[in-house]
Amino acid sequence: MDREITHSQAVNEAIAEEMRRDSTVILLGEDVAEAGTPFKVLSGLVEEFGTERVIDTPIAEPGFMGIAVGAAMTGMRPIVDIMFGDFLFLIMDQLCNQAAKTHYMSGGKLNVPLVVRTNLGATRRSAAQHSQSLHALVAHIPGLKVALPATPYEAKGLLKTAIRDDNPVVIFEDKLSYQMKGNVPEEEYLIEFGQANLLREGNDVTLIGTSSMVQTCVAASDLLAEKGISAEVLDPRTIVPLDERAILESVRKTSRAVVVDEGHQNYGITAEIAARISEKAFYHLDAPVIRLGAMDVPVPFSPALEDLTVPTPELVAEKALSICRGELVHDA
Amino acid sequence: MTKSVRKNTEQYLHLYKQMVRIRTFEENANQLYLNAKMPGLTHMYIGQEAVAVGICEALDSTDRITSTHRGHGHCLAKGAEFKQMFCELLGKAEGYCRGKGGSMHIADQDNGNLGANAIVGGSMGIATGAALSAKLLGTKAVAVCFFGDGATAQGLWYEVMNMAALWQLPVIYACENNGYSEYTPTSEIAAGSLKARAEAFGIESHKVDGQDVLAVHALTQGLVNRLRNGEGPFFIELETYRYHGHHVGDINRSYYRTKDEETAWQKDRDPITNFGRWLEEQDIASSEELSEIISGIHAEAEEAVRYAIDAPYPNHDEVDTHVFAGVKHALPYISGDSNGS
Repeated sequence: MDREITHSQAVNEAIAEEMRRDSTVILLGEDVAEAGTPFKVLSGLVEEFGTERVIDTPIAEPGFMGIAVGAAMTGMRPIVDIMFGDFLFLIMDQLCNQAAKTHYMSGGKLNVPLVVRTNLGATRRSAAQHSQSLHALVAHIPGLKVALPATPYEAKGLLKTAIRDDNPVVIFEDKLSYQMKGNVPEEEYLIEFGQANLLREGNDVTLIGTSSMVQTCVAASDLLAEKGISAEVLDPRTIVPLDERAILESVRKTSRAVVVDEGHQNYGITAEIAARISEKAFYHLDAPVIRLGAMDVPVPFSPALEDLTVPTPELVAEKALSICRGELVHDA
Repeated sequence: MTKSVRKNTEQYLHLYKQMVRIRTFEENANQLYLNAKMPGLTHMYIGQEAVAVGICEALDSTDRITSTHRGHGHCLAKGAEFKQMFCELLGKAEGYCRGKGGSMHIADQDNGNLGANAIVGGSMGIATGAALSAKLLGTKAVAVCFFGDGATAQGLWYEVMNMAALWQLPVIYACENNGYSEYTPTSEIAAGSLKARAEAFGIESHKVDGQDVLAVHALTQGLVNRLRNGEGPFFIELETYRYHGHHVGDINRSYYRTKDEETAWQKDRDPITNFGRWLEEQDIASSEELSEIISGIHAEAEEAVRYAIDAPYPNHDEVDTHVFAGVKHALPYISGDSNGS
């Protein structure tokens, strides 16, 4: 049966269900226990599972990340709470040099089943060190899986899958959507990694959006519909693994693609997906593949400036319309 | 001979053998490098044998250690075999890590070795996490984190020591102070006292002669027993010396230390020579018996080296296996083939 819950409640339910199912699942991070994190996503968990399994740490991200890696190698399934995605830079060695490579370097003998839960997204007026979308950074490192839920349904299903995975998984929640409501079944479910979700069917252009940009693409498709353009909207849900087949199938049908993601555009997720389309569906394309990422500047504080840095439905629709009309979208 | 010495004869001989095994392994590894038979570089443990052996002999195979780039000694002391280690050093499929780790990443899960680490200080969190697991799972296992004096400059140590002390985790931080942080004397990189740093967290700390295998072993055994009873964590600083350079290619060392200093340590404070002399003095073994032990280990090492040289490399299709647990081949998997087939 479906009911509406928030993204935040969906995350909380996923963790609670997995902690009930598997006593090796533990939670570590800053203010995860009584405070339930600044976003209150984890409220109530310490009351049910106790401070042995819901562990408040000092403000020492590399330290508790490293401890989680060691715990994961020796029988636990830690969920590491990194309060803001920006703090990923602090744990890079433990995540990318240790967790990501341990299974490979040990010839498959050691596993690191852990989840890093963090977030992304600007326009919260939090300035340059609390607003970044850094998923491309970790997607670049072999050995890490990367999930980008866009709805409460995906937040729960992908997180449960992540917790059961025998590998390190980094899951990015859109911090602006914690209070967004959506349909989530009462019954248990999982969402398999590497399976894109087709939100809208269309024939003229494919809008590929991730995380916070999925709803932007849906809104853009509404704007396009008003102009008589039929847009397909696809959410890859995970970027490692990436459902390349679904992306290529859609683009082969529509012959046009706009890739939208809130990470920086330079060397980003949009670049990767656009490159794969160009390599593997080139002869089906009627227009250049358009990338729309966050503007390549540090996220500014002033609302007047910050709002310029994130793709909007209007911008996505405008670019999509241009390529559908065969207009020159780039200066030669 | 005292009663307790007789009772422990076998263990004493075992300590001796383990130290000789490490030195023999390293001498062969160095030779493989000099003969250009080994890909890459390696870091010699020679001179520090009493540290790894004294500590690991106080552990069970279910206890965990984390090791360093200078890690062959820890690996052997925790129970690893020559053949699989030489195979790993040469990048062969029968190595402990199927040739994917090499000298700086040997892990031996069956014996509780969670792996060497090529990031200085990189394993401090891992050892502490292994102690957290042991505590949460109630296994009574302990963890030992080996690291060098150079690693004490890493901030990670202070973060994890803080948590280990707050949460009373069963871990020993074992700092092998060999006097040099790569090519720099420790006095130039470490202010104050290392022991005082651990003590600042309320961690009981000890300093021991790292060339004296019995002293290292006795101290560790006592601490391990206390860890199993819920005490801890502990810190040990082991004063020791690295006979070779930072790595096998570090031949000209005169700009950071003198030949006289090297010779003095080798002549007066060699852990194997001194312990061998003690074994003879105590009538535990004759010099002939010790020579026999050494030649037996030399023969075993030579055979293992021959075996490793002839052993096959991994098949090319292994290049993208073991990237993800549960995925056969990573390259198709990351592009959306869910089986990675």
